[in-house]
Amino acid sequence: MQTVSSLLSPEWLERYKRISKLNIRSSIYDVTNRCNLRCIGCFFFSSDEHKAAPEETDIRKWEAFIDREKQRGVNLAILIGGEPTLCLDRMEAFYKRLSTFCATNGLIKVPRDRFPDMMLGISLWGDEQDEKILRGRDTFSISSRNYAGDPHVYYLYTITPRQLGKTERIVRKIRDAGLKVHMQLLSNDEGVNGFSWETAQLDAIRAEMDAILDAYPETVISSKYYHEIITTGTMMGRRFGWDECPSVTQPLDRRSPPPRRLIEFIRWASDLHTMHRCCTSETRDCGTCKDGAAHMSWVMVNKRAHIRTTRDLQNWIEVYEMFAKLYQFIPW
Amino acid sequence: MTRSSGIDDILLHVAEILVRELKLEDVTAETFDPEIDLVDEVGIDSMDLATVALVIRDEYAIRIDEDDYPKLTTVRLISEYIARKLKEKAAEGAPA
Repeated sequence: MQTVSSLLSPEWLERYKRISKLNIRSSIYDVTNRCNLRCIGCFFFSSDEHKAAPEETDIRKWEAFIDREKQRGVNLAILIGGEPTLCLDRMEAFYKRLSTFCATNGLIKVPRDRFPDMMLGISLWGDEQDEKILRGRDTFSISSRNYAGDPHVYYLYTITPRQLGKTERIVRKIRDAGLKVHMQLLSNDEGVNGFSWETAQLDAIRAEMDAILDAYPETVISSKYYHEIITTGTMMGRRFGWDECPSVTQPLDRRSPPPRRLIEFIRWASDLHTMHRCCTSETRDCGTCKDGAAHMSWVMVNKRAHIRTTRDLQNWIEVYEMFAKLYQFIPW
Repeated sequence: MTRSSGIDDILLHVAEILVRELKLEDVTAETFDPEIDLVDEVGIDSMDLATVALVIRDEYAIRIDEDDYPKLTTVRLISEYIARKLKEKAAEGAPA
């Protein structure tokens, strides 16, 4: 039987031990159905999830709900929307009770006196031109001003096929703003012309992401194995898809045989009762889903499959570390 | 199903459950080191532990509290936990 210590050097073993007992249990919360942008390709609006349930507006019900979530074993609340910063009181209810991450477009500056160390991931969909096409405005110019130098902020850079050859310029801008960046790929839920991935483009962007990571290791929070997984959609000869995805809401998960999955994971609608199928759009084709967190989690829940060779286990450790950094379980 | 509550029998059976349920390769119940750290060395995670706990519940008619999972890091510790639960159950004359 392969064991961890038989595969790892003392240095890697230390890294493994730092994460092996973190036991991260996340769930995702739609904080609101509203947003101050309407981005073409945003799964929340393109699949009508903003109409799935009316928002709960009583803050005491949010507080009681979050307490129940904590009792359920959740130790990481991932806030999405809509735009969560439109509802700071709900965000604060989470922040006071749980380790909390907030996905935002960065247009509204979160007051740091109320949320001193809450991790924020700012969405960015490409360069100025792509942002204007897909989101109606260049959000970076505002968000980078709001959060320059903030140690608890990173950009969640969703790369589109049109960004091939252009990513370094974006990463440099982020570095120059004193911020970190994590990369994922656009899933193009609304089929915008020129924004769907071809195989050759995926090969090319993988090489580009690898080169960016090598060139900007202090700025880019990523790993080459993650790049491989997200661009090929395969891991250890297995194909990502409905049968493999770990980020399906557990009470709705009737898959047989059950895949390895996130324990107790639920994605809640903002009425605090309705559950969405998974971490992203129910209308998305799982076979072409590029969701970064789902792919990271796919690696993380398959730890024992990676206790095969030294390189496999190191790959697993790097992906787990990346996730733990992005959600502040370990420092940058 | 009633199983023997002797610690050696429990040790062997817990190892059998782990090898079978987690499809561990190149190891048998007889060769499984009962002191090896299941998380740090074998790479078992909470989903694996939940799977094993369900089988143990069915086979020994005892319940493993989820809060106890972090303490159950070796085959020996799991076996001693089972033995303790079985003893409590016998003393109470009721399901544990």
